[in-house]
Parts: sequence; structure tokens; C-alpha cells
Amino acid sequence: MGTFIFRRVLVAMSVALTISIVSFMLLHLSGDLATSIAGPEATAEQVEQIRIDYGLDQPIVNQYLDWLGGALTFDFGHSYYYQSTVVDLIVDRMPITLTLGGVALALAVSISIPLGVLAALKRDTWVDRLALLFAVVGQAMPSFWFGLTLIVVFAVTLQWLPAAGSDGWQHFVLPAIALGYYATPAMMRLTRTGMLEVLESDYIRTARAKGLRTGAVIFKHALRNAIIPVVALAAVELGFMLGGSVVIESVFSLNGLGQLAWDAISRNDYPVVQAVVLIIALFYIVLTLLADVANAALDPRIRTR
Amino acid sequence: MSRLEVNNLLEVNNLLEVNNLRVDLPVEAGTLHAVRGIDFHVERGEMLCLVGESGCGKSMTSLALMGLLPRKARLTADRLQFDGIDLTTLPERRRSDLRGARMSMIFQEPMTALNPAYTLGNQLCEGLIRHRGVSRREARDRALYLLERVGISAAKDRLEQYPHQLSGGLRQRVMIAMALMCEPDLIIADEPTTALDVTIQAQILRLLRELQQEFGTAVIFITHDLGVVARIADRVAVMYAGEMIESAPTPALYANPAHPYTRGLLSCIPAPGKTPPGSRLQAIPGVVPSLVGSVEGCAFRNRCPQAQPACERTPPLMSLPGDHRARCHYADRPVPAPLQPEMSS
Repeated sequence: MGTFIFRRVLVAMSVALTISIVSFMLLHLSGDLATSIAGPEATAEQVEQIRIDYGLDQPIVNQYLDWLGGALTFDFGHSYYYQSTVVDLIVDRMPITLTLGGVALALAVSISIPLGVLAALKRDTWVDRLALLFAVVGQAMPSFWFGLTLIVVFAVTLQWLPAAGSDGWQHFVLPAIALGYYATPAMMRLTRTGMLEVLESDYIRTARAKGLRTGAVIFKHALRNAIIPVVALAAVELGFMLGGSVVIESVFSLNGLGQLAWDAISRNDYPVVQAVVLIIALFYIVLTLLADVANAALDPRIRTR
Repeated sequence: MSRLEVNNLLEVNNLLEVNNLRVDLPVEAGTLHAVRGIDFHVERGEMLCLVGESGCGKSMTSLALMGLLPRKARLTADRLQFDGIDLTTLPERRRSDLRGARMSMIFQEPMTALNPAYTLGNQLCEGLIRHRGVSRREARDRALYLLERVGISAAKDRLEQYPHQLSGGLRQRVMIAMALMCEPDLIIADEPTTALDVTIQAQILRLLRELQQEFGTAVIFITHDLGVVARIADRVAVMYAGEMIESAPTPALYANPAHPYTRGLLSCIPAPGKTPPGSRLQAIPGVVPSLVGSVEGCAFRNRCPQAQPACERTPPLMSLPGDHRARCHYADRPVPAPLQPEMSS
């Protein structure tokens, strides 16, 4: 298990390095940064001054190494727009995104897995059909629309929960529901399919032949195997929710990372864009790593080769 | 008077009594009558072989006995008694108290019969813990003893291993140990050697026979291989198309097969020394009739080398001397036409 984790960490680190290079390159390929920072009314001299000030006259390899050196010490430079360092901005916004993503995932997991198991056990009954309907609606409904509907019903009409802001836990309930519902269908269907497949397997028959109680057969023997792919999917979903929750964040006016990235892109705030892209990529990498480790913990065939 | 008749008169309590067992499966084309009213019994401590080709209902019979039939299958029986307990009316909860404790099963595919996610120790122990409420430690001691008993070396380390780390032969030994954990009265072994290499097959067979005699466990051994039967069984029951067409003590069956199908099966076994090298292997011509819908008359008559007009009627189960029964009109008398099993040169 130790060597397994070590290998995976090495792979993860090289992936992170590759992503940092690619994201750096892409930004520089998107046009002349000095011109876009200076704005349309700037003179040629001003543009040249900016090019020198921001170090954009250096060879691109040097620029990258400079930036990487800073990134390794958590120094992503200053925002071009805000009067603060990039790190401060991210530290300020990250808890909101993490809270939202974490709660949404917890919600999605705690609904999708029991529902998937139930649908598999009650295959082709009205329970199964209802679960399927729930999944299809979740997949078909745009999350911004669902978010707005939640606001209209629970914030405006019933006034149970606030519509916008991020001051207390109440502010996270509706966005977490909106985001969590979006992540639920895929996990539910994967759980259902996995359970159906596993329940047909020989080792389930063996477990029943031992006279084990139904609960032990379903949860110890079946779910444990059916859940392995769901864990990997949950990690990807969480990565998506951390990086791509910009829609939900703007619907509910939550000042999270997604909102920050969106603002930074529209204001040509490149140091922020670069840092946020790297952070989100790191989220994905860490989550994939955790999913691999969790998979290995669940599946001894991966662990002991 | 045969032993069966004596048993019936004295109401001697056999371990397993099966009368008119039927298993029906709904399929798209109608109803598949997988098992069509079979009768048999198993005495305590004996080894009964159920023989038949694929689809003859032998596996369905074993699943019916264990209470592990597919959910859609329908089971009926005039009598299905295990040690005096009526299995047809037993609620599922009580039934699961018997499974693994008093009757256990060994499956055909050792590669997939064990759960990949748990150690062998865990899977060996859980049944004993469930049924006897023993501590994990006691269960492990029993597992260790049985692993050694089924011939697994370094048994202590094996307890911590996972199924994928073992070969098929070893896994089948583990399955045998698992079946023995609670000292059951009956083990049903459904083609336990079919998936194994020939050399391993012989070892597993010998092991099963030894353990059966040592622990006094009754065994129903299911196989399609009559060659296997001769070595280990006390009695043999031959199934064909969902019916039990012949049953007899092993020596009697080999010496005087009364049903043409049994004779056909026996002639299919190549015998070293007797079958000349290069000669064509024997086969029974034709195919098994479809069991969807009703089957009229003798199910074997289309393939039978000695079929008579009388075979259009369903043959009764004829009793022959020495606890020998066969479902053929001509089991106890000569066939009018010359009795010549088809011989190819």
C-alpha cells in the first residue's frame, strides 16, 4: 500500500507540473498580454513600459520559471485589479467554494447511494421508476434554472432561507441543494447498475448459501463491490463542483473561487487567472489521488498485485 | 422388499426426502419446466451423485434444495423434507438459519464464488459467527483447522490473503473448507471439479470423499461426468430433461444400467484398454427436447435406439431389485425389438 501511494503521488506531481506549463502557455497564446493589460487607449510607449514592468519582455521560459518559483512558495504576485496579493484573494474565497462543494457532495452521496441501492433491490417496480424519474429530471434541468426556482420558492415565497450572500450556514442550504442535485443522478445510476451487476454474481450466491442475513448480503458483500466505481465518480464530481460551481455561485451571489475566476477573466487579471486555474487543477489531482487510494483501500486486487 | 420400501414402511427418517419436486421458470416463450416431478432421498452420511447433461435440471434441483432459486422460479413439491423439517413451508428467515449451518453448498466456479473484497479468513468465519455466535477468535481457529485439513499449506498466512492471490484449485479447497465450517449434515457440490485442471480434479474428488467419510456428512455430488461417479458415489441418480430417469447403488448402476439413456452415457466414456486408439468416440444422437411447455410420453424416446410405440405414454418409475429404479417401460423386461445400442465402427 505504501509503494502504491508513493507511485501515485509521483504521478500526481508530474501531472501538476504539466498542467502548470500548459496553463501558462495557453495564457500567453491568447494574445499579447501587455496590449490587453494596457487597454485600447494606451500608446505604444505605455504598452512597452507595461511589458517591461510585468517582465513580459523576458523569454517565455524565464517568465515561466519565475512564476513557478513563486508558485512553489505560494507567491502568485499581485492582482492587477484588486489591491491585494493573489494568495490573499484565494485564501479569502476558497472556504466558500470548499464549503459549498463539500456540503453538495455530502448531500449527493447521502441521497444517490441509498436511492441507487433501493432502485436495484426494487428493480422494475414503481420505486425503481420513481428513482429513475428523479435522476432524469436532475440530469435534464439546468442548474441555474433549478437554483432560481429554489430562490423563488424558498427565499422569496416562503422566506425560509436567504437568497444571496455567504454569511451563515443558511446561505449554503439552497446552493448546496442546487449543486448537489446536479451531481446526484450519475452517482445514483452508477450505484444502481453496479448493484444489479454484483447481485447477480456468484459470490453473492455464496454469501446467501452461507445463510447470511439479507442485510449482510446486501451491504457487506454487494455494496462494498458496487461502490468502488462510485467513489471515483464522486471524486470527479467534487472536482467539478469546486472548479465549475461558477454558475451556482453567481446565481446565489456567493463570492467563491468560481466567481473570482470569472471576474479575473473578464478583467484580464492574469496572475489571478493563472493561480485559480492551477489551484483548481490541483484540486482535481488531489481528488483523483484520493480516489485512487480509496479504490485501493476498497479493492484488494488493486492494492496487492 | 427394497430398502426404499422398508424405509417407507418404517417411516425411517432419511436426511432428505424429495417427492414430486417441480421447478418452473417463466420464460418469454412460456413456462420452462426445469425440474419435472422428481423423487429421491439422501441417507445420512451417504454420497449421492446426480448425473446428467447440461440443462437436465440438476443445478436447479440443487438450488431448490438450498432455497437459492432465482426469484421468478416457482417451486412445488409433495414433500421436501430436510431432517423432518418441511422446507416448502419454512419461512425464508428460518430457511437461512439452515443454509450454511446444516446444509451448505460448493459451487462450480471457484474463480468467481469468493468475494474479491474480503480476506479468506473473513469469508470463512462469517458463516460460523452468524450461525453459532462464536467469537472471531474461535471462528479463526476452526478456519485454520479446516484449511489445514483440506490440504492448504501455510494456512495461517492464507487467512489474510484475498481470493485473487489463490489458484482455482486452492480456491475450491477454500470453498470446501467454507462448506464444512458449521459441520453441516448435507453438502451439495455442484460440479465442483468441472472448472479445474484434470490433475487437480482428482485431488479435489479424493479430498471430498475423504472428508465425507471422516465427518459423516451426506453429500449430493452433481456432475455430468459418469466417470467421476464410479470413484466416489454410494448411489447414483441420473437425470434427463428435468426427470430422474434412473437411480441405483453405484455398482448396480454400472453393472445393470436399466435405462437406455444411462446405457448411452456409459458407452460414451472412453475406457483405457477397451476403446481402441483412433476409434470414434461414442455420442448419443439427437438433442434434449425443449422443456418449455408440456412434454408428453418418454422424454428420451426421440433419441432412444430402442423406442417402441408404448413410449408415447409417460413411463412409470419402475422398481427393480436392490433399490434400483428406472423410468422406462422396458426397465424390467426385454424390448420387443432387438436390443442393440447403436454402434459405430
